[in-house]
Amino acid sequence: MAKTSSRDRMKNEINAGSMADIAFLLLIFFLVTTTIDVDKGITVKLPPWSDEPPEIQQLKKRNVFSVLVNAQDQLLVRGELAEIDELRERTKEFIANPLKKEDLSTNPKNAIISLKNDRGTSYEQYLAVYNELKAAYDELWDEECRRLYGIPYSDDLPIAYKRAIKEKIPMVLSEAEPTNFGEE
Amino acid sequence: MAHFVKKRGKASPEVSTASLPDIIFMLLFFFMVVTVLRDGERKVQVVVPEATQLQKLEQKSLVNHIWIGKPVEKYQAMYGTSPRIQLGDKFANENEIPLFLEQHKIKVPEPQRPRITSSLKVDGDVTMGIVTDVKTVLRKSGQLKINYSARPKQN
Repeated sequence: MAKTSSRDRMKNEINAGSMADIAFLLLIFFLVTTTIDVDKGITVKLPPWSDEPPEIQQLKKRNVFSVLVNAQDQLLVRGELAEIDELRERTKEFIANPLKKEDLSTNPKNAIISLKNDRGTSYEQYLAVYNELKAAYDELWDEECRRLYGIPYSDDLPIAYKRAIKEKIPMVLSEAEPTNFGEE
Repeated sequence: MAHFVKKRGKASPEVSTASLPDIIFMLLFFFMVVTVLRDGERKVQVVVPEATQLQKLEQKSLVNHIWIGKPVEKYQAMYGTSPRIQLGDKFANENEIPLFLEQHKIKVPEPQRPRITSSLKVDGDVTMGIVTDVKTVLRKSGQLKINYSARPKQN
């Protein structure tokens, strides 16, 4: 009886002992070739191209927040030299204007950020400035979202909520054609 | 007492390894799914700058990459040290970008085409001149959704 059962087992099983080794080999191959680099970055929507020069819009000076970055990576914010560390706070103050100052935006809906750089500006500095401007809007959206809905702003927010917030504080960032200074 | 002895004698002393292949296969499939095989050779040096307001790029198949940076040392004798564009696995000019975008576009199913994103992987030391030229070409060819690739800031 014992003998038959042993023969049965021999017949019916394929030796799967080496299966693990084969799988390990494949696993190690994929481990080595894998690059789990999540692609992250700052997403931007470019304005569509038009051949005609844009209409010159007359804007109130107080509604425009101009940021210039020159070929030496220096910042000129509203006509005066500035450091990048203070850019975020100043932008936020400009857009929201909590104290209703005379020289800051009348309303977040009217606020316009104007960014201009030279061809010689380093990409690193450009992205740092862009990041700060984006951060100012992100923080304002977050504050607004907490005030209205009591939850922090995130990408997973319902579209209706997002739309409502962006209607109140639209992100208007206009980029001018760069000037030809300091090209390598 | 005899009862206990008998039972212990019967039980096999080994741990069953029959499920080991299954576990390994599970890991294997996980890695196969998350793997992005390196697409060709990097011919330009790119160290993307740091930023904080990052967004994740969701679907890999809807993203095309444009690399801008100095040629790597191997190619500096031939191409010099001024920043160049790399599309796919070769050096390119700005005017080759529309064709590159089109070639990527036809691989994407039509309903998803408006969601195609161009990922600009630009070296931090590159000047804005070449980046602006690329942006202008992208705008002219209607590819308006772009992503400035960046690393999360460490502090």
